[in-house]
Amino acid sequence: MSVSDRVGEPKLNQPRAEGDNRQILLEVDNLQTHFRTMDGVNRAVDGVSFHVRSGETLAVVGESGCGKSVTAMSILRLIPEPPGKMAGAIRFQGRDLLKLSDKEMRSIRGNEISMIFQEPMTSLNPVLTIGRQIGETLRLHQGMSKQQAEDRAVEMLRLVGIPEPGRRVREYPHQLSGGMRQRVMIAIALACNPKLLIADEPTTALDVTIQAQILDLMRDLKNTVGAAIVLITHDLGVVAEVAERVVVMYAGRKVEEAPVNELFRNPKHPYTQGLLGSVPKLGSSLTGETTRLVEIPGLVPSLKQKIPGCVFATRCPSVTDLCRAVAPALQEKAPNHIAACHYAPVEASVSGTVAA
Amino acid sequence: MSGERILEVSDLKKHFPIRGGLMGGTVGHVYAVDGVSFHIDRGETLSLVGESGCGKSTVGKSVLRLFPLTSGQVALNGRRIDDMSPGTLRPLRREIQVIFQDPFSSLNPRMRVREILAEPIKNFGLAKDSADLEERIGQLMDKVRLPRDAVNRWPHEFSGGQRQRICIARALAAEPDVIVCDEAVSALDVSVKAQIVNLLQDLQAELGLAMLFISHDLAIVEHMTHRVAVMYLGKIVEVADRKQLFGGPRHPYTEALLSAVPVPMPGAMRERIVLKGDVPSPINPPKGCRFHTRCPYAFDRCRKDEPMLRDNGEGHFSACHLHDLPAEQNPLLNKAAPTAFRTIAA
Repeated sequence: MSVSDRVGEPKLNQPRAEGDNRQILLEVDNLQTHFRTMDGVNRAVDGVSFHVRSGETLAVVGESGCGKSVTAMSILRLIPEPPGKMAGAIRFQGRDLLKLSDKEMRSIRGNEISMIFQEPMTSLNPVLTIGRQIGETLRLHQGMSKQQAEDRAVEMLRLVGIPEPGRRVREYPHQLSGGMRQRVMIAIALACNPKLLIADEPTTALDVTIQAQILDLMRDLKNTVGAAIVLITHDLGVVAEVAERVVVMYAGRKVEEAPVNELFRNPKHPYTQGLLGSVPKLGSSLTGETTRLVEIPGLVPSLKQKIPGCVFATRCPSVTDLCRAVAPALQEKAPNHIAACHYAPVEASVSGTVAA
Repeated sequence: MSGERILEVSDLKKHFPIRGGLMGGTVGHVYAVDGVSFHIDRGETLSLVGESGCGKSTVGKSVLRLFPLTSGQVALNGRRIDDMSPGTLRPLRREIQVIFQDPFSSLNPRMRVREILAEPIKNFGLAKDSADLEERIGQLMDKVRLPRDAVNRWPHEFSGGQRQRICIARALAAEPDVIVCDEAVSALDVSVKAQIVNLLQDLQAELGLAMLFISHDLAIVEHMTHRVAVMYLGKIVEVADRKQLFGGPRHPYTEALLSAVPVPMPGAMRERIVLKGDVPSPINPPKGCRFHTRCPYAFDRCRKDEPMLRDNGEGHFSACHLHDLPAEQNPLLNKAAPTAFRTIAA
């Protein structure tokens, strides 16, 4: 299971960043997170690499079980070991997080990297006031006094647009609505001015009108606070609205990565194409004809067996014997656009340079 | 549309009492559904959309008579079922079936697929003999595109999408006229969702089923529905054909709801109406129009009078005072393009 025995792992597995001079903040390099289970090793994340630049919004998209949440948990080292096991490297500002001690890791969590979870209901402590929960990270990481922490908590609540922050700070989670709770989660996450914010399905549990409020808030805060965001979601609409760059995951691997416009206009991997075709678009009835949704036949393969060829081979409409036998390498198919497919055409603009 | 009316609901109300106080008396009511009327014809899909807590699932459960109604009438194939005794209603339950959201909790883990599908067939005495029963079960598996030999397996051996197919087969086993789909595809993954949506559409075309499709996913609703009813705080605020509603909403809430849906088209920054605040409590709904607390166009009358649901042209019903204003002053009508699809130059 070592890194070197993987066939077809390319050296250049990330798009060259042309015209983007922002510093690389986080670099995930060949991350493998495996879980030992009763009936074999589950390769939840199997050799995923990507990077995030300061102030950038990267979306990680995929269906349930594709490893996107495990990737997020791995970055914060929230995977219990055992049964989990992580290999590869996660470099945050040049430091490999996988090599840090637990104590060093604690000083990073909630301080330099923080996380927003999907369920605002279950991720807040029901017996502590909102103010205390926001203040906790501040007192721990920044050594603030109780009073300072509460003042800052009020300030944070105002920042995330909660009315009457002075009163709300003394309330308990059950006194707030779902949208308010998610705002509190965001306030907690941003309290220490993190450089990186990981948002795991931040709006999935919310209604559309509340989702619109939270997405607007996240966009505004990104401009004022300037944190980089890793947005984990399955909702392609949300991706199109907030992301700059997108990583598509399938069965524990990265199958495609591209800037957001490029990915939606010109998807290269058959899985991405199927995913985009299977979502109905609002406004479809106005164009007249009723079309059928594109189905991706079959099921996601079990991650407990090693898949010899392409992970998508069992469901791909244009599968060949080559796909079943040899795993395709991630290859630059167009400028800044990489995909792992033998048959995705390589555009002329990059075909000359990739050989070097 | 053949025009044969399968389900007719008029002025349906369901208020849940809140118990409390020292003696455990009723201290108030949750006005979950407060006067809802609609009808569904054979072969037609009516979608009920709205945010959580608007009462759309309560409407679904009410027409299924899963609990007694507070008031109102429900007619199934021309017979009133709202005041029927449970015994008289029982054989009629064959005509209305349901598919729930969560395929994991709605199948009995200790019954094989064969038993799950045989139960409604036996209950309603649809099979002549055991060979007929076997044949019916086989046909149901074909209809939902599962292999016939899977009938001997247990629910836990199937994936979420496959389980939802079993739930659909169970609903079809009773040969119903109308199926209530309560968020039937919401818990499924994108690619599986497409499979189930296509299956439901095929089955409707094949069997002429009427469907009450309860969902919060507007893109899916637009894709598969014939007519749409939008609910807000226990009331229907707008009912119209799919094209009318998505093309030009006539209620400010619908307009905001449509504009809030993120569309998978990057760069298309749409003009979005972000509603302020949260949905008010259904225990103490606002006086006047229930939407006035969040409505961007609210004026004095909205705070006092409650608008009635009426036809504002071509069978497009909505409940909004704006339609009493002269047309040139009505902000809902004076739009070059429907707000939901208008893009702003970035």
